[in-house]
Amino acid sequence: MFGKPSRTSRTLQYLALAGYLIFLGFPLVWLLSTAFKPPRELVRLHPTLIPDNPTLQNFVQAFTEQELGRAALNSLQVSLASAVLTVLVAMPASYALARFRSKLGTAALGWVLLSQLFPFVLLIIPIFLVLRQVGLANTHAGLVLIYVVWALPFALWMLQGFVRNIPRELEEAASVDGATRVQVLRRVVFPLLAPGLVATALFSFISAWNEFFFALVLIKTPELATLPVALARFVGIEGTARLGPLAAGSLLATLPSLIFFAFMQRRLSSGSLAGAVKG
Amino acid sequence: MTTLAERPDVERADPARRRNRFRSDRTTIYLLLLPSLLPIVVLSVFPLLRGIYLGFTDARAGRNVEVSFTGLANYRELLGDELFWNSFKIGLLWAVGVTVLQFLLALGLALLLNQQLRFRGVARVLAVVPWAMPPVVVGILWKLVYHPDAGLINEFFHRIGADGLRTNWLGDFSTALPAVIIVGVWAGMPQTTVVLLAGLQGVGRELHEAAAVDGASTWHRFRHVTLPALAPVIVAITSLDFIWNFNSFGLVYVLTAGGPGGKTMLPMLFAYEEAFRYGNYGYAAALGNVMVVIIIALLAVYLRRRLREAN
Repeated sequence: MFGKPSRTSRTLQYLALAGYLIFLGFPLVWLLSTAFKPPRELVRLHPTLIPDNPTLQNFVQAFTEQELGRAALNSLQVSLASAVLTVLVAMPASYALARFRSKLGTAALGWVLLSQLFPFVLLIIPIFLVLRQVGLANTHAGLVLIYVVWALPFALWMLQGFVRNIPRELEEAASVDGATRVQVLRRVVFPLLAPGLVATALFSFISAWNEFFFALVLIKTPELATLPVALARFVGIEGTARLGPLAAGSLLATLPSLIFFAFMQRRLSSGSLAGAVKG
Repeated sequence: MTTLAERPDVERADPARRRNRFRSDRTTIYLLLLPSLLPIVVLSVFPLLRGIYLGFTDARAGRNVEVSFTGLANYRELLGDELFWNSFKIGLLWAVGVTVLQFLLALGLALLLNQQLRFRGVARVLAVVPWAMPPVVVGILWKLVYHPDAGLINEFFHRIGADGLRTNWLGDFSTALPAVIIVGVWAGMPQTTVVLLAGLQGVGRELHEAAAVDGASTWHRFRHVTLPALAPVIVAITSLDFIWNFNSFGLVYVLTAGGPGGKTMLPMLFAYEEAFRYGNYGYAAALGNVMVVIIIALLAVYLRRRLREAN
């Protein structure tokens, strides 16, 4: 970077990089390979890194026999509902936070940071008790409610940043031209806010899709289990041949977040969303 | 965060005109805020306060159980609970071990990625993938890697002729905790790397070049230019990592569920078992309270030392 590094230091740098690539990459390769191995190769005494006869059988099996299909559908429902609700609820508040000076904005951000400190166990017991009282324990609706509330502080903070990016002059110009307040919001603010709404929805979707602890505690009926919980149950079932469908299901469970990360890559690499997603 | 800081304050731009056009009574603002604030207060702030309170009661699972305030009884019991101390020690080892290793490895990777190296693109993508995986999937992935019969690591040792090193990594008393810590590092490293890399890109080139012209060695430039400029980022991300690791649950739940013989029983797993297997809500909440106090105390010590160094 500065001047010409010596040949030895370059070699050392490449060696280190290779070490990182192996550490980061090989477990992923192993997951891929296990997902595509036929049962015969899974139980082999000395497994190979690359399957000899790759097959899609595991994916089919994961979704037919192991009820991961239903769990994936449950996850999809819960995550979609959380995403839509989070955006709907956060939209008016984020506009107010961005346009009107208020201590509440700081409070929301403070709450995001503060809530990280507290272990979930302190929250989960009272939430469990409250949801049971109103008959929402062991339902998807209860889970959605928790996910929305949990995603809200960060969603508010994220969305009000997007609102601030919309020049106030645009709104003022529109109202000078005779547009009503509602028209200004619908015709000017809303279209410009669309990318922010999508980003917020995606964030909320992914945090619901990946979430494990609340789903584990709140959902007792196996038919209602979300994908992470179903996968974790699946782990308990012994037998080497089962590893194939397990790996296949895990791969599919990763897809939505991979898409999200690909979508958000530019923002992520700038570090501005670095604190956003944590399992 | 950066976007907020960089933007000029629009609100201050034209106060008189703004007051006319956008005069908004407080009611509108509160109506806009209400749908967000109400759920947060009801389902986040209030449960948290109630959770803290539960730690001072004898609350138990079951309907119509009388709950009475017991003061510090739970904490006295915790002091004498060998299983708690054991889990607490493991939690500290785990949180410190993962945070430190994660930071050192992430710093190394960030420094490499900040150079003009080939394969940098591949490394950047690979460095983010573990972050995109749900914790449960990371657990499953590493269970496959550590698998005693069908695992990647044991097969590797077989191939290089070191069959003696094959073992049941997650099932053996001596290897379980280190094995789990490695998974924690793998899972958390990407995020730390991305944050550090963003920090590195903010370190001024001019300073570096000036130091290089003055004949400072690479190490000296790293020690006296890069590191001080990066310090705030380092303090922030290591603090967050420590909190996240200390409160982590899903990963180890899937990997070992606290076994073998409680060797990987993190405090969160212990609290989960107390609350939802044995139904001791009050005791589990007390444990949660203790963890919060400990995290705050450790962070305070850490942050104060860093602050003193900075001055």
